[in-house]
Amino acid sequence: MNSMLRLALVLTLITAGAGLILSMVEAVTREPIAEQRRLATLRALRAVLPPGDNSPDQDTVQLLTGKDRRGRDVLRTFYRGRQAAELSGVAFQVVAPDGYSGNIAVMVGVDPEGTVDGIEILNHNETPGLGDKITLPVFKDIFAGKNLQNADWRVKKDGGEFDQITGATISPRAVVGAVRRGLEFYHEHRDEILADAQGGGQ
Amino acid sequence: MTLSREFRKGLWRENAVFRLLLGLCPALAVTTSAENGLGMGLATTFVLVCSNIVVSLLRKVIPPKVRIPSFIVVIASFVTVVQLCMEAYFYDLYKALGIFIPLIVVNCLILGRAEAFASKNRLVPAVVDGVGMGLGFTLALFVLGAVRELFGSGTLLGYSVFGEAYQPLILMILPPGAFIAMGLLLAGMNLFDARKQ
Repeated sequence: MNSMLRLALVLTLITAGAGLILSMVEAVTREPIAEQRRLATLRALRAVLPPGDNSPDQDTVQLLTGKDRRGRDVLRTFYRGRQAAELSGVAFQVVAPDGYSGNIAVMVGVDPEGTVDGIEILNHNETPGLGDKITLPVFKDIFAGKNLQNADWRVKKDGGEFDQITGATISPRAVVGAVRRGLEFYHEHRDEILADAQGGGQ
Repeated sequence: MTLSREFRKGLWRENAVFRLLLGLCPALAVTTSAENGLGMGLATTFVLVCSNIVVSLLRKVIPPKVRIPSFIVVIASFVTVVQLCMEAYFYDLYKALGIFIPLIVVNCLILGRAEAFASKNRLVPAVVDGVGMGLGFTLALFVLGAVRELFGSGTLLGYSVFGEAYQPLILMILPPGAFIAMGLLLAGMNLFDARKQ
């Protein structure tokens, strides 16, 4: 019995010590990590929005896009970029669930009329050397200047006008589809997204 | 056994990846480029040295019956420390290594050294063993990553080696390429050793 107690005591002490150290490290790294994540978002926003002089991550609108399987609300954040308080573009994140492996998260930047200014791949698990070429400018730059009216939002293999990547069709197809759905949503909710946008509200 | 032998055994004679075939999951999974291999190797080395230190210091306190859970708690704590620090200060590397950082916890190399060496030796040999084994692991991952990157993308550490005209052997970057590169390197090492004798 006595040895049993000793086992429990030693294990408890080790675990408590580990917990103490972890809480200290977490306290020290909490701020830098939050800052890194904010910078990463901001970098993506800068890459897809026209040049502006505000912090788009401070000027946002959240809209309901639907419900998830458990019935909770799914919100999409729209980041608004401004030049001299004038709205210059809107950025939002879309998710392509139909990539080759896992979700592909894409940041899309559009001008107020809904024409794409640029896209940025935020997260993906596509095959290295094949599907991950969606992160290259060669692919991303195709989107600039396209909108729902002037482009056929399918990859070339499906009869559209977006070049797929040699050897990889699934990843580009998923990205093109996700961006198109994002543009459609933007189109339908444009008034809500741009509401109070002209009045400043920095 | 002298300290320098203790150190060198991890680099070649008892190299974790090429000789003991330990820690193959990260070794095969993250080595799509030399840089990833290097980052993973160094993170593992850090955890290995730290866990060897703590396990060696606590070797008389920890009862044999609960040694495995104790080791795992120690290792998991250091892995979490690495993960938090990496996300805070090396964000790009953190994104590249992603899921494999938490998996250092179950790298059998680390638990193996804690069990087989650190829990039976004094502090200094345990540190030397950890550094040697860790650097050997890092070296193995770096070489594996370099070979795969060289043939799979035609680059080394991101710099183009073969020029634009090179048609990359994409297979080498895909999972089968990891096994092929690993097998060829193992065969090369065995050949080298056999010649020497």
